[in-house]
Amino acid sequence: MAKLTLEELRKLRDNKKHEIQKRETDNKEIDVIVGMGTCGIAAGAKDALDAFIAEIDKHNLTNVRIKQTGCMGFCTYEPTVEVKVPDMPDTIYNNVSVDVAKLIVGNHLVRKQLVSEHVFDRPSVDIIENK
Amino acid sequence: MAYRSYILVCGGTGCESSHADKIYQNLKNEIEANKLSEQVQVIKTGCFGFCEQGPIVKILPENTFYVQVKPEDAKELVDEHIIKGRPVERLIYSASDDKNRKSVIAEEKDISFYQKQYRIVLRNCGMIDPEVIEEYIARDGYAALEKVLFDMKPEQVIDELKKAGIRGRGGAGFPTWMKWNFTKGATNSETKYVVCNADEGDPGAYMDRSTLEGDPHSVLEAMTIAGYTVGAQKGFIYIRAEYPLAISRLKIAIQQAKDMGLLGDNILGTDFSFDIEIRLGAGAFVCGEETALLASIEGKRGMPIPRPPFPATHGLWKKPTVINNVETYANIPMIILKGGDWFASIGTETSKGTKVFALTGKIKNSGLIEVPMGITLREIIYDIGGGIPNGRKFKAAQSGGPSGGVITEEFLDTPIDYENLAKLGSIMGSGGLIVMDEDDCMLDIAKFYLDFTVDESCGKCAPCRIGGKQLYGLLDKISQGNGELDDINKMEDISLAMQRASLCGLGQTAPNPVASTLRYFKDEYLEHITDKKCSAGVCKDLLQFNILKDKCVGCTVCARKCPVNAISGERKQPHEIDQNACIKCGECYEACKFQAITRG
Repeated sequence: MAKLTLEELRKLRDNKKHEIQKRETDNKEIDVIVGMGTCGIAAGAKDALDAFIAEIDKHNLTNVRIKQTGCMGFCTYEPTVEVKVPDMPDTIYNNVSVDVAKLIVGNHLVRKQLVSEHVFDRPSVDIIENK
Repeated sequence: MAYRSYILVCGGTGCESSHADKIYQNLKNEIEANKLSEQVQVIKTGCFGFCEQGPIVKILPENTFYVQVKPEDAKELVDEHIIKGRPVERLIYSASDDKNRKSVIAEEKDISFYQKQYRIVLRNCGMIDPEVIEEYIARDGYAALEKVLFDMKPEQVIDELKKAGIRGRGGAGFPTWMKWNFTKGATNSETKYVVCNADEGDPGAYMDRSTLEGDPHSVLEAMTIAGYTVGAQKGFIYIRAEYPLAISRLKIAIQQAKDMGLLGDNILGTDFSFDIEIRLGAGAFVCGEETALLASIEGKRGMPIPRPPFPATHGLWKKPTVINNVETYANIPMIILKGGDWFASIGTETSKGTKVFALTGKIKNSGLIEVPMGITLREIIYDIGGGIPNGRKFKAAQSGGPSGGVITEEFLDTPIDYENLAKLGSIMGSGGLIVMDEDDCMLDIAKFYLDFTVDESCGKCAPCRIGGKQLYGLLDKISQGNGELDDINKMEDISLAMQRASLCGLGQTAPNPVASTLRYFKDEYLEHITDKKCSAGVCKDLLQFNILKDKCVGCTVCARKCPVNAISGERKQPHEIDQNACIKCGECYEACKFQAITRG
C-alpha cells in the first residue's frame, strides 16, 4: 500500500469510522426491528432487512439500530417491521417489501412522517415495561 | 460494504486456549455455508476482560453477549441467532447471583462486571480486529500522532502529559512527563531511544499481554509520539518470548504501520522518521527492571546496574532513553486527543486516570478490568469480581505481585491509588490482583513469592542473592514446624538489609510480601511457631488428620477415598488413620459426612 499523506489518513479514518460506528450500540435512538420468523423469512423479510441496511447507509443515518426478532404473530401480513423513533408513536408496518422499506427509511426515519398506507398497528402493551 | 450483523469472537490468549480460534473458524465456515458472507462479518478481537466466562462471542447489532461458547455451538449460533433472529439463551450469560437479578443478561452493559469499569487503555479491546489497522484508525487511531506532528511542539506534548498527571503504570508510579522531559533535555547525545517495557513477569498479571494482543497500534502510536517529543528515531519493544500471540500481532501491526507510512521514514510526509523493532526476552523476571532490560536489548546478560545515571540520560548504549510500560503508552494517544485536563479529571488527587488490573485468585469473575483510580477494593472484589466463591470468607488481596503486599479486610474501603497502597505496605505494581480467602495461609503466600524471587534473582548483589535465600529458609523452617520466636526478628533484620542495600527493585522489594504478611498476620506466624499449627490447613507438615471415635459411624467412605490406604477399620466400627502413612491430602476430611475427621 502506498504511504499515506495527512489528507489520505483523514479520509481513510472518516470512511472507516462510518463503517465501525455501526458496530456501536450506544447512543442510537432509532430501532428498526425486523420480524424474522420462518413466515417472515419466507415472505421476504431478509430482502427487506438488506434493503433497510442499504438505505440507512445511503441516507448516512448513524443513530439507527437494526435488529431482528422472531415471529411477531401477524403471519398473514409478513414481513412485519417495528419502528421506534423518539417522540413518534411506535409503529408496526406490514407487508414490508424492498420498496416499502425504502419508503420507511425516507419518510419515517428521515422526514419523521408515518408511511400511513402500510401502518399495521401499534405494538401490544408490553407487560414487562408497564407493570 | 454494509453488514447487517457482526460476530465478535474474543482472540485473547485466555479464550484462544479454550478454542476461540476454532470457534472463529467454525463461525466463518457456517456463515459461508449459508452464503451470508456479504451480510455478516466475523471478527476476531482482543480480550473482552471477562476471562472467567470465556470464550466470549458478541453479536451485533443486538449486542448479545454469549459466554463459554464451544466450537460446536457455531452452527446453532448462526442457524438460530443470525438466520432466525432468536438468541441462543443457553449460551447467554446467566447471572443467578448477579446483582441485576435477571435470569439471563444478554447485553454486556447490564453485566455488573462491566458497570464500574472505565476503559481508556482497553478502549479498543473486544471492539476492533487487532490485525486490521483500518479498524484502529476508524476509532481515532493515529489521530493523536497526526495532532502531535502537525499541531504541537514537543514542549506542548510534555505540558499535556504534565497536566494529565499520568504516572508510570509499570509499578513505581514515576511521573511520565518528567521522564520524557529529562530525555528531551539530554544533551549528551543526538541519538536517543524510545523503549517499551513489555516484560510482564508478575505471577498472575496479564494486563500488558492483553493490551498488546487487543490493541497493538495504540502502543506503536504512543511510542512514535514519544520519539517525536524527545527527538528519538528508533524504538524497541522488549517483550517476553512466552507471549507468542502478542508478538505476532505486534509484528503485523508494525508492518501495516510501515506500509501506510505511519512508521518509517518521513511519517505522513513530514521530516520526522521513526522505526520500531521488537526484542524478545527469554523470560527472566529481572529484565522487567529497566537497567537490566536495556542491558538485555544490548545483547548483554540481563543484570541491573546502579542508578543514577538514569536511563533518561544514559540508557540504551548509554544514549538518552525514554522507557515506559505498555499500559502507560496505551494511555498517551487518548491524553493527546482528549487533553490532559480530561485525563486529570479521572482518579484521585495524586493518581490520575485509570488502572488495569488482572483480577485472579479466589474470585468469582476472574478477568481483566480497568477502573478509575480511587475505586475501593471492596467495589473491585464484590461489585466487579462478584465476591468470593463457595461461600468462603475474604482474607486478603495481594497487589504488586512479588514486590507488593497484602491488603486486609479492614482496608477494603480505602480508595486505591499509589500513595494509599504504599501506606498500607503494598504497592500499585503492574496490576496483578490476587484475592485470597480463609483457606490461604499467609505464611505460605509469603513463601511462594520468596521462592519466586529467589529463583529470579540475578545474583549480582549479595543482599538479594543471600538475603532472599535466607529469608526463604526461615519461612520454610517455620512452615515445617521448626520455627523459633527469634526467627521473626531475623526475618525483619534480613528484610531491612535487603530493602536498603539491594542493587535494584527486585531485591529491594522482594521482602515486601514477608514484611506485609508479618504486619497484618503476625498471629498466623506465631501460631505456626508456638502452637505448630496452620489453621488454614495449608502447611502440610503441621497438619494432622484424626478420626473422632464417637462421631465415626464406620461408613468406610474415608477409607475408600484415601489414595494411600492409610485408613483402616471394620464396617460400622470407628476407623483409624495411620499417621506414618498419611500424606495429608485432606481427601478424607472433605469426604466425611459426619464431621468425624478433625484437621489441626
